[in-house]
Amino acid sequence: MLAYAIRRLGQSLFVLVLMSFLVFIGVFAIGDPIELLVNPQADEVERIRATAALGLDKTFLEQYWVFLKGAASGDLGKSFVYNVPALSLILQKLPATIELAFVAMVMAIFLGIPLGLVAGLKPDSLVGRGIMAGSILGFSLPTFWVGLVLIMVFSVNLGWLPSNGRGETTLVAGIPVSFLTLDGLAHIAMPAVNLALFKLSLLIRLTRAGTREAVLQDYVKFARAKGLTQGRVIGVHVLKNILIPIVTVIGLELGSVIAFAIVTESIFAWPGTGKLLIDSINQLDRPVIVAYLLVIVTLFIVINFVVDVLYSMLDPRVRLGGAAAAH
Amino acid sequence: MSGPPLLQVDGLRMHFFTKAGVVKAVDDVSFSVGRGEILGLVGESGSGKSMTGYSIIGLVDPPGRIVEGRIVFDGTDLTRLDAAAWRGVRGSRIAMIFQDPMMTLNPVLRIDTQIVEAVQAHADVSRESALARAREALVRVGIASPDERLRAYPHQFSGGMRQRVAIAIALVNGPDLIIADEPTTALDVTIQGQILFEMQKVCRESGTALIWITHDLSVVAGLADEVCVMYAGRFVESGPVADILDRPLHPYSRGLIDSVPSRNARGRPLRQIPGMTPSLLSLGPGCPFRDRCTSATARCAESPSVTEPSPGRRLRCFHPNA
Ligand SMILES: Nc1ncnc2c1ncn2[C@@H]1O[C@H](COP(=O)(O)OP(=O)(O)OP(=O)(O)O)[C@@H](O)[C@H]1O
Ligand SMILES: [Mg+2]
Repeated sequence: MLAYAIRRLGQSLFVLVLMSFLVFIGVFAIGDPIELLVNPQADEVERIRATAALGLDKTFLEQYWVFLKGAASGDLGKSFVYNVPALSLILQKLPATIELAFVAMVMAIFLGIPLGLVAGLKPDSLVGRGIMAGSILGFSLPTFWVGLVLIMVFSVNLGWLPSNGRGETTLVAGIPVSFLTLDGLAHIAMPAVNLALFKLSLLIRLTRAGTREAVLQDYVKFARAKGLTQGRVIGVHVLKNILIPIVTVIGLELGSVIAFAIVTESIFAWPGTGKLLIDSINQLDRPVIVAYLLVIVTLFIVINFVVDVLYSMLDPRVRLGGAAAAH
Repeated sequence: MSGPPLLQVDGLRMHFFTKAGVVKAVDDVSFSVGRGEILGLVGESGSGKSMTGYSIIGLVDPPGRIVEGRIVFDGTDLTRLDAAAWRGVRGSRIAMIFQDPMMTLNPVLRIDTQIVEAVQAHADVSRESALARAREALVRVGIASPDERLRAYPHQFSGGMRQRVAIAIALVNGPDLIIADEPTTALDVTIQGQILFEMQKVCRESGTALIWITHDLSVVAGLADEVCVMYAGRFVESGPVADILDRPLHPYSRGLIDSVPSRNARGRPLRQIPGMTPSLLSLGPGCPFRDRCTSATARCAESPSVTEPSPGRRLRCFHPNA
């Protein structure tokens, strides 16, 4: 297990370095930030001074080297626009994004798995068909469109829910969260539903497919032949087996929900990292873009690691580190 | 043996109502099993043996349905039981084991969980005493060091060992009847022999009746008291095992026996039944075997009724072997 963790750490560092290099090439390609940062009326001397101050006079490789040296000591550079460390700028916005992603994921899980089970157990019933029809809608409607419709209905027409911001927040361990106040809940409801919809549909389908396959297996028939209750057959024998792929997908999707909350955050003006990224791209704020992507990649790596550990706990046939099972 | 049999299956019909039509998987099958007796249920693949077993233990799933017949078990007709009453029977008084031991145990649950839940589904006992029963059941099916085995997962066992565990689970509540659906077909011959031997021993010791489903007559020869032969969902003939093997009356049973390799017929080519099993979908009235039968006449287009050619033997054929 320890050897496995160390090997994973090594792989992760390699991924991070490679990723940062690619991102560097990318941000170089989108344009020269000096044009945007310096007052158009400024003279040549001023421009050269600013370029040097931001380190933009160096070659690409020199700049990357400076970045790597900084990154090794935890310094991902300063924002060109705000002149504060890019990392702290992101970490300041990250809780809002994580909270939104988390609430959306919890919604998707606690609705998706039960609905998928029902649809899988009774595929030909009206309820089963209804659930499937709903999940097809959830899959095919574009996120931004659903977001706008939600605002139209619940904010504009009915006036029930606020359409932007986080609302009132409370501090939990020094981090502001919305979901503990009524006002915060009202604010997070629509963006979370918006973000959850796609994942919900995905989980319904995944659970349904897994259930339909599992109920045909001999071990389910054998469990029934033992005289177990329906609840135990479904809740233990079926669920524990279908949970294996579901946990994997939930893990992967948690990362992507954080990364791709951008659309939802933009629609509902949710003050998270997605909005920060869009702003940074518009202003060519290179250090923030690079830092954002590195933070997201790190999150992906951590989540994947946790999923692998969970997976090995759920499926006794999987042993981390490739050690063979004992006979 | 006196008194009513433990299990009496009477005119059982189990049909699948599919989009393509009605599949008569079990069509008028009758047999009985006495207490502590072993019945071999024999027939080719697709003849409806498994579906007969599922009907008895009440595990027929839609689109399948029992459309006719009675299954009287210890005085009650199982076809009339509701879900609650079924739970008191299934796994406790009637148990079933399946063909493929790689598939019957749940891969993600430990063996102890899978045995203990079977005990606790029927008896209000603590985990400790359930575990004690589990241990005892494992020892009975020839598993040494049961404590170690109980903590393992199915994938850590060989096929033969898994089937032993499944048998232990079937035995753990001391059922009156076990339905064994080809439990040794997927195992190699030596293991098959061991399991047959142990199963027979355990059932004799505990007075458990056994329905042994198989397509292999040579298995039945050394194991069963009675044999019931099925073909295309229909009852063909039944009787004491020695009688049937020595003097099969139905041309189909004769064909089955002749196609088993035997010691005293070494060197001679094996005889095979010509033709193929008919599709159950397009099966009309009349004897379903007549297209493959050398004794068939025009009369066989009608369904023969069941006769009793000698005491203890039953047959459905117009032209029995002499
Ligand atoms: N879900 C189903 N829908 C329609 N027909 C089915 C279904 N399940 C089984 N059957 C049919 O029922 C018939 C009897 O099947 P059964 O499994 O009882 O045969 P078997 O004698 O146990 O054969 P085997 O030796 O291969 O196990 C088969 O012809 C099969 O095609
Ligand atoms: Mg079968």
